[in-house]
Amino acid sequence: MTQHLGGGETVAFWVLGPICLAGALGMVFSRNAVHSALWLVQTMLCLGVFYVVQEAPFLGAVQIIVYTGAIMILFLFVLMLVGRDSSDSVVETLRGQRIAATVFGVGFAGLVGAGIARATRGLPVVGLPDAQGGNGNIPGIAELLFTKYLLAFEVTSALLITAAVGAMVLAHIEREPGSRQTQKELSRARFLTSDRPQTLPGPGVYARANSVAAPALLPDGGTAESSLATGIEPQEVEQMPRPTGRRELGSRDAALGTLDPAPLEGER
Amino acid sequence: MTLTWYLVLAAILFTIGAVGVLVRRNAIVVFMCVELMLNSVNLTLVTFARATGTLDGQIMAFFVMVVAAAEVVVGLAIIMSIYRTRRSASVDDVNLLKY
Repeated sequence: MTQHLGGGETVAFWVLGPICLAGALGMVFSRNAVHSALWLVQTMLCLGVFYVVQEAPFLGAVQIIVYTGAIMILFLFVLMLVGRDSSDSVVETLRGQRIAATVFGVGFAGLVGAGIARATRGLPVVGLPDAQGGNGNIPGIAELLFTKYLLAFEVTSALLITAAVGAMVLAHIEREPGSRQTQKELSRARFLTSDRPQTLPGPGVYARANSVAAPALLPDGGTAESSLATGIEPQEVEQMPRPTGRRELGSRDAALGTLDPAPLEGER
Repeated sequence: MTLTWYLVLAAILFTIGAVGVLVRRNAIVVFMCVELMLNSVNLTLVTFARATGTLDGQIMAFFVMVVAAAEVVVGLAIIMSIYRTRRSASVDDVNLLKY
């Protein structure tokens, strides 16, 4: 029995540990929820490697497949459904809550970390070969799971069924049959009630960009407000440079863009 | 290096998750912070399984993952239905009981 771990594991821990912490901090501090999810993926991948290093290859694989593969993708799906622009407000509802939470966090980390560090100093590493009976990790886990923990395993199936049914009930929208508007009714409503029956102008069509964020330009050079996409910050469109020489005046740029050509250099 | 460092790392991750739950206002991000706390506890379980030489810790971590998956499915469905009625995913906007 030894206390100290191997060199390779030490290197893995000191490389991945800070990355893991950076992911967790990035998740808390990034304003955009999608960025938070990606930071959390980073942390979870590091934790998966830690499991593999700590003689739990099955849990490492499950961590990567179930957590980063399934759960985080589910989070991203819901973020896309809810809308990317619903990011956090900076307004503090309770005054001083952030500072109080930070103080609490530092104190909690200090207390728990120091307590654990003192309590587990000199903790011997028994290791798992005896527990696994020489069969490897997955047969060992399977044996325990289907003997000692069989009841918990079976109850888990009930839990999963309940969760699936619950999610379906919560996400389902009840509609009376026939209450859905037909295309004819929708079109009539649009023409009768709104002042703009036609479609909105596309973004950036008359500007120098085809990005969704670029607003369309009106003939006088102003931006068309109705072409701005919701949820995206409008982007400054670079105006076309004025042609300066006679040669460029014949080009397509001159025909598209500007009002009056600059005088030739000799004509001034 | 000893196993203690894994436990300290797990404690710090748990704290970051707890602070995130307190600080963030977006319900989905709060949920992610809860996931981080569950993950850090899993790291503790795996570490102690290795230290004591039994597989029970790994089994418990496995069950925690299963429960977390079920919890995420139901929680995200609840957030979706709240968003559908209130057009907001912020935890501050769910305040009907206050008045």
